[in-house]
Parts: sequence; C-alpha cells; structure tokens
Amino acid sequence: MTAPVLADALGPRGRRQARILSVVSVVVIGAVLVVAILRLSAKGQFDADLWKPFTIWEGQKFLLLGLWNSVQAAAVAMTLSVVVGAVLALARLARTRLIRLPAAIYVELFRALPLYLLIFYCAFGLPQSGIDITLFQALVLGLTLYNSAILGEIFRAGIRSLDRGQSEAAYAVGMGYWQAMLLVVVPQALRRMIPAIISQLVTLFKDSSLGIIIAYEEFLRRSEITGVFFQNPLQAFLVAALVYIAICYTLSRLVRRLEVRQRRRYKADAIQVTGVEDLAVVGALAAADMPTPGEAG
Amino acid sequence: MSVVLDNLDLYLLGMRDTVVLTVVSFALAFLVGVVVAGFRVSPVPPLRAVGAFYVNTARNTPLILLLFLFYFGFPKVGLNFAPFTWAVMVLTIYTATFVAETVRAGINSVSQGQGEAARALGLSFPQMLGLVVLPQAIRTVIQPLGSIFIALIRNSALVTVISVSNLSKTADQIATDTAIFVPVYLGVAVAYLLLTLPSGLAVGYLERRLAIKR
Repeated sequence: MTAPVLADALGPRGRRQARILSVVSVVVIGAVLVVAILRLSAKGQFDADLWKPFTIWEGQKFLLLGLWNSVQAAAVAMTLSVVVGAVLALARLARTRLIRLPAAIYVELFRALPLYLLIFYCAFGLPQSGIDITLFQALVLGLTLYNSAILGEIFRAGIRSLDRGQSEAAYAVGMGYWQAMLLVVVPQALRRMIPAIISQLVTLFKDSSLGIIIAYEEFLRRSEITGVFFQNPLQAFLVAALVYIAICYTLSRLVRRLEVRQRRRYKADAIQVTGVEDLAVVGALAAADMPTPGEAG
Repeated sequence: MSVVLDNLDLYLLGMRDTVVLTVVSFALAFLVGVVVAGFRVSPVPPLRAVGAFYVNTARNTPLILLLFLFYFGFPKVGLNFAPFTWAVMVLTIYTATFVAETVRAGINSVSQGQGEAARALGLSFPQMLGLVVLPQAIRTVIQPLGSIFIALIRNSALVTVISVSNLSKTADQIATDTAIFVPVYLGVAVAYLLLTLPSGLAVGYLERRLAIKR
C-alpha cells in the first residue's frame, strides 16, 4: 500500500474529503455486497446440496487428485522449461549467428503464439502426423514450448544483468568464453533469477489449467466435471478460483520476500517478472529504472 | 497448403474478430486499469483495499477459469449476456489487473517533485493524479502496456471455449471440418504472427514518439 504520489500529508480540506470518500465507498461496497448476497440466496445458490460435493471426502478427494495432476504437469513442464530455457539463453548469447538465429526464431515464435493453440495442436495435431502422445505429455509439451521461451529470456536478462567486470576478470585470468560463462557468470546470475523463475512457476501453474481444453483430468477440468454433474457450476468454479488464488497469492508473496531479501543481501536487483505477462516489461521497467510491480504493497 | 488458401476468407474473418475483441477489451481494460491504479495510490483506505483486493484476486486466477465462472456460473444468478459480451467483460477484468499494476509502477516512477509542485499549486488529489502524474506515468510505461496488448491478442484465443468467434475458433472449425491439422494450424500461427509482430512495431513507434525525453 503505497501513497508516494502524496508528497505532503493532506491538509484539513483534503482530510475531510478523504474521510467523506471513505464513508461513501464503504457504504457503496457494503450495498453491493448486500445486493449480491440477496441475489445469490434468492436464486438458491446457498442451498446446502449445491455446496455438499465440497464437504464430503469423495468430492474433496476427486478435486485434490485433480490438483495433484495440475501440480505434476506444472512441475514437469517447469523442469523441462528450465533446461531448454538455459540452452536457449546460452544459444542466444553465442558468438556465431548460426546458433543465435534458430534460438531467436524459437523464442519469438513461441512467445507470439497462444498457449491454447500450442496445447491443442500438441494433443490433436501431432497424433495426426503419426506421433502418439498422451494428454499429459501434450499438455506438458505445450507448456514447455512456451515457458522455455519465456525462461530463456529471463536467463538471458539475468546473464546480461551481471556486471561486466566479472566476465572481464574471467578473461583476464585466461578463461575462454564458455569457461567464463559457465564457471563465473551463470552461477552468479542464477541467484538473481530465482524470484523471476518462481514467479514464472506461478504463471505456469495457472496455465496448467489449460488442460481442460484437451480434457486432461487436472484441477479445473475436475471442477468443471463437478459443476456439470451436480449442476452447481457457480459453486464449483468459485471454489476452484479460491484454490488458485490461495496458492498463487502465497507463492507471489514468497517471491516478493525473496526479492526484498535479495536486494538487501546482494545489493543487486533481482530480475523481476512479477505482475505482467511478457518479458519486454522487465527490460522496459529496468531501463527506466523504475520499481517494478510487486514491490511494497 | 491449399486448405489455407481455400479458407482464406474464414481466416480473415477470424482475424477481424480477434482484432475487434482485442481492441475493445484493451480499451476498456485501460480505463478500468487506470482507475484501479488510482484507487491503489489513493489516500482513501477503502479504495486502496478495493484496488488491492481486485488486483490480487483477478491476477491469481487463470483466465480460462474466469471465463468458465462468468459464462457458466453467473447465469445461475440471473445474469444473462451474449457470449461476446461475456468475453469482453472477462478479458477486460483480467487484463485491467495488469494494466493497473503497470500504471501503478509508472505512477511510482514519477518524481516526488511533481506531486509537491501540484500540492503547492493547490491541486486536489484527483486533480494532481489526472492532470500531472498520470500523463507522465502513462508515457513512461508505453512499452509494458504494449506487451499487455500483445499478451491480450494471445489470450483472446481462449474465448473459443465460450463459443465466441475468433481466429482460434476458426482454425478449430476448419481443422475439424477438413480433418487436416498441420497446414491449418501453421496458417493460424502465421495469422497470429501477422497480428502480434506489427503490434510490436507499432508499440515501439508509439514509445519513441511519446516517451518523455529526460
């Protein structure tokens, strides 16, 4: 919660206006909530049997297993993306265009395509070309293609953010390009990138919900099934939303704490990808020397 | 490849629908996002709370879940709109969170002196925000806003699941009708690139024109 735009504290008139606005907004919010609750109960959305599937163990187990599937897909996709992303980053920083160009094409291509299409094509297009693939593998493949491109850019930004003195010193002691890169630069850059990587993991976890498109039994799909079976889509999706919010918000808070700690300990700014979906933000905000979203508040 | 050329008119219609969806949603999201950013830096605590609540919930929910929630869940309380309206609504709500965060970063980057000068001139908080701070803040974050726009082009593909016409839905239809996948999807990939690459260039041009020269 920041208010840095207010250079001075409000004067008496401003304070009065703020107080009036506070009261008015609380009244308005309260009115909206009351109307919503009345509407919900009028349409019978508070009925016990609409909420029952979430209180009995069988229903909870069904959804929890779906959640576990989501986590599995996200974890596998993240691991693969990290590996591929690292390769891509190093490739884009290579000295020969022969290696740089394909990597650049890969990154630009998979960042521009909708993830929805990638996953759909992996699941239904590849089998047509003769490649047998399970739903899980298709989801993971689609997620990996996209996230490896994003992570590749994160890694590249991380490596380039390192003080040039480090690599110069490495060359001065006689190391070659790849020695310097792998022994000196990457280990240091890695530490800075951890908040951004975890942040991307959060996004990846949210994206795992796209498994519903190919009917892979992850959490959102199972929520949908519950909604259809018990005729309670509103409740099912609200519960699903709460779960996603709880998980992602907690992880985001962790990311923010890591960023703060990193700033304090290493006196170096972490690469930040919090809050926005595209990597261009990182460069833009960093170039403008601005605090990026995700800071205090 | 002939399947793409045969259905070129469908592709173009799909591209048009995606563009309409994206532009309308982005315009609305921009308005909502700026307002929410204003809430988040406001000296009125309830407004700050509303802004923080909105951003933290909508940002941590998958877009596709929001689409399902609105399209299948809300009719149960009597809210009925056309699929296109739902699509625009959900895309706006989702994208506005990112706009709000970005604009807030922009606001934080405007130097304190500007706020102090505005106070010295006797401007109220809304006046200061609207006349002094926001014009500078938004000009600083044009590049990130452009990225959000491009991300929206990609996210608009998801409205296929609520039967709203767009480029991805067109591709799905052609693919299922003709049972040919690879060329159809290659064509769609090219079509999306035709949308995102010029957008990227346009954003770069806009930024060069509008960026504050310090």
